[in-house]
Amino acid sequence: MSRRDLLFEHSDRDLTKLAEYEAVGGYEALRKVLAMAPGDVVDEALASELRGRGGAGFPAGRKASFIPKPEQRTKPAYLTVNADESEPGTFKDREIMLRIPHAVIEGSLIAAFEIEASQVFIYLRGEYLTEFEVMKAALDEAREAGYVGREILGSAFDCTFVIHRGAGAYICGEETALLESLEGKRGQPRSKPPFPAISGVYASPTLINNVETLATYPWIIRMGGAEYAQLGVENSTGTRVFSLSGNVVNGGNYELELGTPLSELVFDIGGGIPDGRSLKAIIPGGSSVPVLTADEVETPLSFDAMAEAGTMLGSGAVIVIDDRCCMVQLGLRVAQFYMHESCGKCTPCREGTRWMVQILKKLEAGEAQQGELDLLLDVCDRILGKCLCPLGDAAAMPVASYVAKFRDEYQRHIDEGGCPFGGDSTLAGVLAPVDQHHAKMRAQIEVPVHELA
Amino acid sequence: MSGSRPTTPPTDPQDRADLYDEIQEIAAQYPVRRSAVMPALHLAQSRYGWLPPEAMREVAEALDVTPAYVQAIATFYDMYHVEPVGRHLIEVCTNVSCALVGAQQVLEAFENELGVSAGETTEDGAFTLRTLECAGGCGWGTVVAVDHRYREPVRPDDVAGILAEVRGE
Repeated sequence: MSRRDLLFEHSDRDLTKLAEYEAVGGYEALRKVLAMAPGDVVDEALASELRGRGGAGFPAGRKASFIPKPEQRTKPAYLTVNADESEPGTFKDREIMLRIPHAVIEGSLIAAFEIEASQVFIYLRGEYLTEFEVMKAALDEAREAGYVGREILGSAFDCTFVIHRGAGAYICGEETALLESLEGKRGQPRSKPPFPAISGVYASPTLINNVETLATYPWIIRMGGAEYAQLGVENSTGTRVFSLSGNVVNGGNYELELGTPLSELVFDIGGGIPDGRSLKAIIPGGSSVPVLTADEVETPLSFDAMAEAGTMLGSGAVIVIDDRCCMVQLGLRVAQFYMHESCGKCTPCREGTRWMVQILKKLEAGEAQQGELDLLLDVCDRILGKCLCPLGDAAAMPVASYVAKFRDEYQRHIDEGGCPFGGDSTLAGVLAPVDQHHAKMRAQIEVPVHELA
Repeated sequence: MSGSRPTTPPTDPQDRADLYDEIQEIAAQYPVRRSAVMPALHLAQSRYGWLPPEAMREVAEALDVTPAYVQAIATFYDMYHVEPVGRHLIEVCTNVSCALVGAQQVLEAFENELGVSAGETTEDGAFTLRTLECAGGCGWGTVVAVDHRYREPVRPDDVAGILAEVRGE
């Protein structure tokens, strides 16, 4: 189990060009699918055992199978591509769109065909301007060549695309917030059920898939679902693009067969920790997942192995942390992010993330009382599972794990009345956007705002 | 370079009519017209440089919603500027991966070169500097977005050169 380029095969060619993509078998899977029954395409997805690559890891075939058939529905079905990549540490969908935009389009066409939808919305992160231009150019080329539009390749299948650009809101990566945003509203999550498969965008059946999930579809069709399932390990089939960042020599995106040990990614491929430092901790699936310690680095990159280790594969974002990092500062910076991105709809998340930030700031400053460490964990517990969406959990889970696994370090902040690292931690004094906003608010209203974190 | 972004709304009726027409074209792409609020705000902002109340009123009028509704959308998303910004926007990612490899030092280099703090605009109106939550370039940190084009990786030593380039020196 190791590196395996499926999506990133032929990286010597400029696959943003349609002719190049076609030269390596591009759009052949679509041709194959157009001769199949939609239900048979769903069966291939089921046989592949592909699990969603956005973060939750839900089986892609099952998700597609939940969409009512045309005779069972009164409204058209829609496919929505979740290209709102914003989980800290994650930058794979961006590279997939920049390198193989046609694979995203082809996969989307296949998924739209399997649920018999004729309209695709690509919800693209607003900050991704170059990615928008690349996707738009690829769509124009695909439309010109008859892959997108009416009666695709002479079949009865029609499919058009709209790229909907976000405008800077992490929460819109959550599927129901994404749908709200697509409808022209504030990106605040909906209560589920009803699930999007029954009532999604415009109260119509909606399938929502991540960019990488859809870019994998053409390979599943070309190889056949059963053969694709031979890659990887049980319950974690296929390959996955991992985003490697932090204190590591060779940061970047690497496509690996699932089940590859984390150590192989960090040390063999990533080149290990720079400047002769030592490994302290690893965040294996984006900043919202519980942390692993250095001695858990042999954990395989699979859904089950990560669950056994008490964490998650999440969005496949591996953040490497060396021994210069203070774990209280890490907790603070992570909590600040989720506080900033909380949409404000559910009280435990809106208020809880702010409480977390306040307590962590006191801890870091050496001003916290003993009881406040327990209070921090209590706040985490009062957020977990108590909101409409997992954003609050995304703050509570990692921070609770930092306290659990690095309790001594947290305790020392209380016992020593300050940060044991002094000002030498890598995260010392980092300005978070939420603090920048509050500094500005304070300056504007010109009265002390004690309540602000 | 896009060095001539206006900071006041155009009063030319023709410009306003053009914006109205373009918003209608966008709205026609969606089954429900309200979906066009976000793309219409992007469009208005690209015209006006930011979103003054007049711009929000024009978007509201074009889509048959209230100005208050448009303002509620504009204030929810970070990329919409509801107050004036500089002609160039410098955004430094200070999320975990970038911070681990020195984002704060990069931010401070920009603050020193520009003579403003994060969140502020230079007196000549040329630059707004601000921090950004995870930009999605984590493996190549520190990520700096200059007018939404990513520079990665950026080290403190690169800062003066980037600013000279943007100024057209």
